Amino acid sequence: MPIKLPSFRPRRDAYPPDLWTKCPSCGEMLFNKQLDKATRVCPSCGHHFRLSAQARLDLLLDHGSFEELDAGLQSVDPLGFVDQKPYPDRVIAAQTATGLRDAAVRGIGAIDGHPVSVCVMDFGFMGGSMGAVVGEKVTRAAEDALARRIPLLIVSASGGARMQEGTLALMQLAKTVGALERLRMAGVPYVSLLSDPTTGGVFASYAVLGDVNLAEPNALIGFAGARVAAGTIGAELPPGFQRAEFLFDHGFVDRVVHRSELRAELALLLRYLQPRALATEAASSSLGLSSFRPLGILSSLADRVLAPAEEPAPAPVPSPSAPSAASSNAEAPRG
Amino acid sequence: MVDRLLGRSRDATPVLVPAESTGSADNQAAVWARVQLARNLRRPHTLELIHLMADGWVELHGDRLFGDDGAMVAGLATIDCHRVAIVGMQKGADTEENIRRSFGMPHPEGYRKAMRVMEMAERFGLPIVTLIDVPGAHPGAESEERGIADAIARSIALMSRLRTPIVAVITGEGGSGGALALAVADVVIALENATYSVITPEGCASILWRTPEEAPTAARAMRMSAGEQQRLGVVDVVVPEPAGGAHTDHAETARHLRTTIVGWLDALVPVPTDQLVEARYRRFRALGPYTETAAPAVPAPERTGLADRLRNLLDMNRWATPTGPQPGQGRQRDEPPARDEV
Repeated sequence: MPIKLPSFRPRRDAYPPDLWTKCPSCGEMLFNKQLDKATRVCPSCGHHFRLSAQARLDLLLDHGSFEELDAGLQSVDPLGFVDQKPYPDRVIAAQTATGLRDAAVRGIGAIDGHPVSVCVMDFGFMGGSMGAVVGEKVTRAAEDALARRIPLLIVSASGGARMQEGTLALMQLAKTVGALERLRMAGVPYVSLLSDPTTGGVFASYAVLGDVNLAEPNALIGFAGARVAAGTIGAELPPGFQRAEFLFDHGFVDRVVHRSELRAELALLLRYLQPRALATEAASSSLGLSSFRPLGILSSLADRVLAPAEEPAPAPVPSPSAPSAASSNAEAPRG
Repeated sequence: MVDRLLGRSRDATPVLVPAESTGSADNQAAVWARVQLARNLRRPHTLELIHLMADGWVELHGDRLFGDDGAMVAGLATIDCHRVAIVGMQKGADTEENIRRSFGMPHPEGYRKAMRVMEMAERFGLPIVTLIDVPGAHPGAESEERGIADAIARSIALMSRLRTPIVAVITGEGGSGGALALAVADVVIALENATYSVITPEGCASILWRTPEEAPTAARAMRMSAGEQQRLGVVDVVVPEPAGGAHTDHAETARHLRTTIVGWLDALVPVPTDQLVEARYRRFRALGPYTETAAPAVPAPERTGLADRLRNLLDMNRWATPTGPQPGQGRQRDEPPARDEV
C-alpha cells in the first residue's frame, strides 16, 4: 500500500461532514470510509444511502467492462428559464459539483459476462431530474439495446421531469417510452432498477415499464409527492406509503433486493431473459408488430399460445447451458 | 405533420392556423389570465364539447379491471363523416358533480378505461380523438396503490404504437403526465386559452420559488400557454376561441374545434398506417433540444476513485504515483453531494 501522506489541511473544518455520516434511519454515526466499503449501506440497520452514477456502475458491472457513450450530451435552455437563478447557471453549478454533464450516464457494459446496454441516473445532479439530455440518453440506450440485441438496464434515481425545461421535459416521457415500446415489441429484455428516489415523470415512464422491476429496500417510489397526496385525501397515508415495499405489496415491483445481492440477481435474470432470436422473428420485429399475418389481434394471440411450442425447434438457442426466455418459462426454475 | 407524411408543402394543410394566437410572447399577466380561463368552471367540458361536435355518441364504461372512473369518459361518436372513438377527461360543472368526477383527475382505472377503448378503436379501424382537460392525474393514496404511474406509462406506450390515426386536443388544462397519457398523437391541437405544462404553476412555484404565490411567474417561466407551446413544437395547431374565452360561446368554440378536427381526420385517415406510426414516433423522438460536444465529461478527472486506483495498482503491478490516493478525493466521486432528504 502506498504511504499515506500527511494532510496539511486543518482537521477541524473537515471533520464531521467529510468523515462521518449520520444514518437517517437508526441514528448511528458511520465512518465514511467504512460506509463506502459497505457500498453505502448502513452496517447496523441496512439503510441504503444513495449512490452516484459512477459508484452504481462500479457496483453492478464487471470491472473494466463499461464503455461510456454520448458523454458529450449537454443541456440547453430552451425556455430561457429563470427562477432564483438562471437555468444554465444551475446546470453549471451541478456540473462542477458532480463532475457529470447531466443527470444520467449511459454506455455498454457487462454483468457477469452478459453484455448490457446500461443507463444510470445520478440524483446528485439537480435531483436526477429528466430533461432532454437524460431523455436522449435513455432513448439511445434503448435504441442501442435494440440494435445490438442485448438487454437494457436502467437504474433510476430521480425526482421527475426537469421543470426548467417545461413541457419539453414532459415530452421525454413520450420519447423514452416510445423507444422502450419498440424494444418490447422486438423481444429484447429490459430490467428497471428503481433506487431511492424514483418519483414523478421518471417513475411514470421508463422506470415502471421494466419487463422486470427491481427496487432497493425502502426506496421512495411514487408518482405524486406524499405531501400532495396527503393534501388531496386528508392526513391518512398508509404506513410505508410510496416505499419500495409498498410498491411490492401492490404488485408493481417484482423484487425488493438488498444492494449486496443486486449484482447476483441481475446476473441471474440476464441468464433467463435473453433477447429473442432474430432469425425466427425477423418478420415481426422488422415492424415491431404482428402485421405479418392478416388478422393482427388473432395472430398475436396465437403467437402467445404457440410461442412455447414453436420456440425450441427452429430457434438456435444461443448457448445450451443458458435456457432461452421462452423455454425457461416452461421449465420454470423451482429451486 | 401531414405535410411531412405526404411530402406536401406546408400551405396545403387543411387547417386554420390562427395568426393572432401565435404572435408575440404573452406577458405574465396575459399568461396568468389564460391559466384562469383554462380553469374556468363555465368553460365547455369534454361531454359538452362532444355533444356539440358529434352527430352521434355512445358512452362506454369501465376498465374491465377495477371500476369505472367518472373523471374519464370514453365512447364512440360520429364527427362529420368519420366514425371515431373519443376519450377524454371530464370535469364537473358544479361542486357536486366535481366530487363525483374527482375534479377531472382520473385514477388509474380511468386511464385503463381509455386504453381499453383506444385498443378497441385500433381493432376496428376507428381513428381516435382525445379531449384533454386535466389538472393532473389523481395524486391520492388509492391512486398510487392501483398504479397511477403504471397506467400513465402504459397509456403513453400504447399510443406510441397504435395503428390508427390519433388527434389529441387540449381543451383546457394540460396538466403534466396526466395529460400526456392521452396526448401522444399524430397531431396535437390546443384551444387558444388552453395550457400545457410539466407541473402546475403552483407546484412549480412552491418548489423553485418556495411559495405558491409566485404561480403567475412560474406560469410565465414555463411558457405554458398554447401559443408558446406551439412555438416550442409541442403543440401543432392552436384553435382560436371566441373573444373573451371559450366559456362565452360554447357553440362557437365547438364549431371551430370541429372544423379543425375534421380537417385533420380527413388528412390523416388516408395516410398509410406504417408511415403514420413512424411519423408519430419521430415527432416525439425529436422533441427536446440538447447540444452534443465531442469532448468527454466536464473537468472531473476520469476514473480516479479509490477503488480504481487500487485496482490499477494490482493490475499494473506497480506502486502508485507519489501522490497516492487521498481519501478526500476518492470519496468525492462515490458520494453524491449533500442534499435534502426528499
